[in-house]
Amino acid sequence: MTAPAPLNKPIYTWNFKACAVIAGVTGLCLLWRFFFGIGSISNMNDGYPWGIWIAYDVVIGTALACGGYAMALLVYIFNKGEYHPLVRPALMTSLFGYTMAGISVVIDLGRYWQMYNIFLPWRSNFHSVMFEVAVCIATYVMVLWVEFAPAILEKLKADALRAKLNRYIFVFIALGILLPTMHQSSLGTMMLMAGYKLSPLWRTGFLPLLFLLTALLMGYAIVMVESFICQAWFKTPSDLPLLSKISDFMPWLLGVYLLIRLESINLAGNLGLAFNGSLQGNMFLLENALLIAAFVILVQPQNRGRAKTLFLAAAAIVLGASLYRLNTYIIGFDPGTGWRYFPSVPELMITLGVVATEGMAYMWVVNKLPVLPKAEHA
Amino acid sequence: MKIERRDFLKGILGGGVMLAADAKPAAARHPGKELPPNAVGILYDATLCIGCQVCVGACKQANNMPVEHTAGTDPLWDNPRDLSAKTMNIIKKYGSGDYPEKDTVAGYSFVKRHCMHCLDPACVSACPVSALLKNPDTGIVTYNKKACIGCRYCQVACPFNIPKFEWDSAVPVIAKCQLCAHLLAKGGISACCAACPTGASLFGRVEDLRQEAKRRLAMTPGESYDFPVASLNSKEAQSHKAGRYIQQVYGESEVGGTQYLLLAGVPFDKIGLPTLPDESFVALADGIQYAIYKGMVYPLVVLGGLIYMIRKGEGDKH
Repeated sequence: MTAPAPLNKPIYTWNFKACAVIAGVTGLCLLWRFFFGIGSISNMNDGYPWGIWIAYDVVIGTALACGGYAMALLVYIFNKGEYHPLVRPALMTSLFGYTMAGISVVIDLGRYWQMYNIFLPWRSNFHSVMFEVAVCIATYVMVLWVEFAPAILEKLKADALRAKLNRYIFVFIALGILLPTMHQSSLGTMMLMAGYKLSPLWRTGFLPLLFLLTALLMGYAIVMVESFICQAWFKTPSDLPLLSKISDFMPWLLGVYLLIRLESINLAGNLGLAFNGSLQGNMFLLENALLIAAFVILVQPQNRGRAKTLFLAAAAIVLGASLYRLNTYIIGFDPGTGWRYFPSVPELMITLGVVATEGMAYMWVVNKLPVLPKAEHA
Repeated sequence: MKIERRDFLKGILGGGVMLAADAKPAAARHPGKELPPNAVGILYDATLCIGCQVCVGACKQANNMPVEHTAGTDPLWDNPRDLSAKTMNIIKKYGSGDYPEKDTVAGYSFVKRHCMHCLDPACVSACPVSALLKNPDTGIVTYNKKACIGCRYCQVACPFNIPKFEWDSAVPVIAKCQLCAHLLAKGGISACCAACPTGASLFGRVEDLRQEAKRRLAMTPGESYDFPVASLNSKEAQSHKAGRYIQQVYGESEVGGTQYLLLAGVPFDKIGLPTLPDESFVALADGIQYAIYKGMVYPLVVLGGLIYMIRKGEGDKH
């Protein structure tokens, strides 16, 4: 396996320019939001106080950014050093994902200029799940920047500083595993408080565990999806042997998840709701069908060795687990007073703009910094 | 920061390790919350309410809230459809058919909606910055815009959908009834109760209001009784014929009990009040959260373990 190196290809391709246009339009939408209020541009309302900015940008976005967490767990805790080449690209997407989630939170907060209140001890509410999630994510974003710093310092040739950082980096690696474990599970605890407003198809005491498991599943799956896409687009060397090895334990993780997911609903006697033809029921079926399909593919050893089947399974996990989170925060949530929610175009635009900005940052970084494995035909 | 065994078990349960725990989560068995020593509240009697909406106007006046006109009406009219950032107290109506008789399922009923001032308020537990607080003496749930960051978790958490957000403002706040705490401080009572002409909204100590509610439930329908007006201490009373009450005081036990109590002649779910368990939804989430993070002991232990394993892994390589 080759050492990471900058791709050094032209950055300002039409892909990059398309992202720039989207980001520009988003900038205008944001001006509107900050001058005229959240309601002037989004369809959020008193019944559905959280829309896609929270459900997608934060709740799904941070799970998609759990590649760094999942790989660090594997490499540093289960001591599988051979996966090391996958760590840096994973860390980078985590860094982008979490940074963007942080920015989305600022957009979504009504009184963002008072955000610092979270860190004032006399204001902090230690009982609040939101408090724990906010502090944890804010700290984790900083930890990610430190964890990724070696790649930047390498580029800047600041070797003395890099050596110093390397001596203490284990603390940040440890925090980088602890913090996502805490806030990813808490993202599940968060919706327990919604009580009866959350459909019994998603409301269970296992929400924290299920959210933690989907964070891990999505973390590994997104590393695979990304690696396959990089191979196709940037012609980086194939990671297939490594990815196949990771996928060896995926059926177990997925199996445990599905067992708890379905049994917790079944034991509470609510599984029947899945088949009543309602939107909630159908979304429940779709969400679990995707994950069961991934399980069926991965449980057969020969499928784990083939790029095509492995990619399919990983994509199904990413989609299914994302849907689980979307369902828990929006589809399964019904305040019961006749309120409806579907995101408005500018609201979607802002989410799209966040993704586009992330894409631009990605394209810039992989070309300028040593992140991806060196291409064979440079 | 002693960790109690019960909390530890709750934490394990929170992690979902105990498989059978789901059907009846032990953490949800939260002891019923005690009333604060000087808990004050409101008893609303739908059978006495005539739907005049004087209380809606009085609330706006007392709290400097703007007029809210909905589509199709003269902009001068205050005509809110529901609670909103401009309306913290509202009279709503349940109706069936051509409304033959008041306070019957086949007829109609009024209902007054505002903050319930829960004994175990989900909003207070949810708020990350203590912008929502329950007064330890009066039990009033207050809001402080200087602390609020506008995350709207209170709206997600409230089982009664009470907190409302100023969606069309660049500097939005959360609006909800604070029981006219500013008037109480000056020796007054909640504006809605002071304004109510029939005593349908009655201010008082929650303990006394609970007794008053029980007294009404024991009345013989159709007989005349004295009903206090404005406040239990006002010494002003009116004679009314007792209504046919549903034998339930809404708010006595719902989600651990509330300081706003309601009586009605139609089932409460008909007038928009959800059927709720006696335990608050706060208990489960709070139990998990508190058990895992109390004193930050578990996270620090895990962090220590992680550092040890990473160092050990590094050592193996050399």
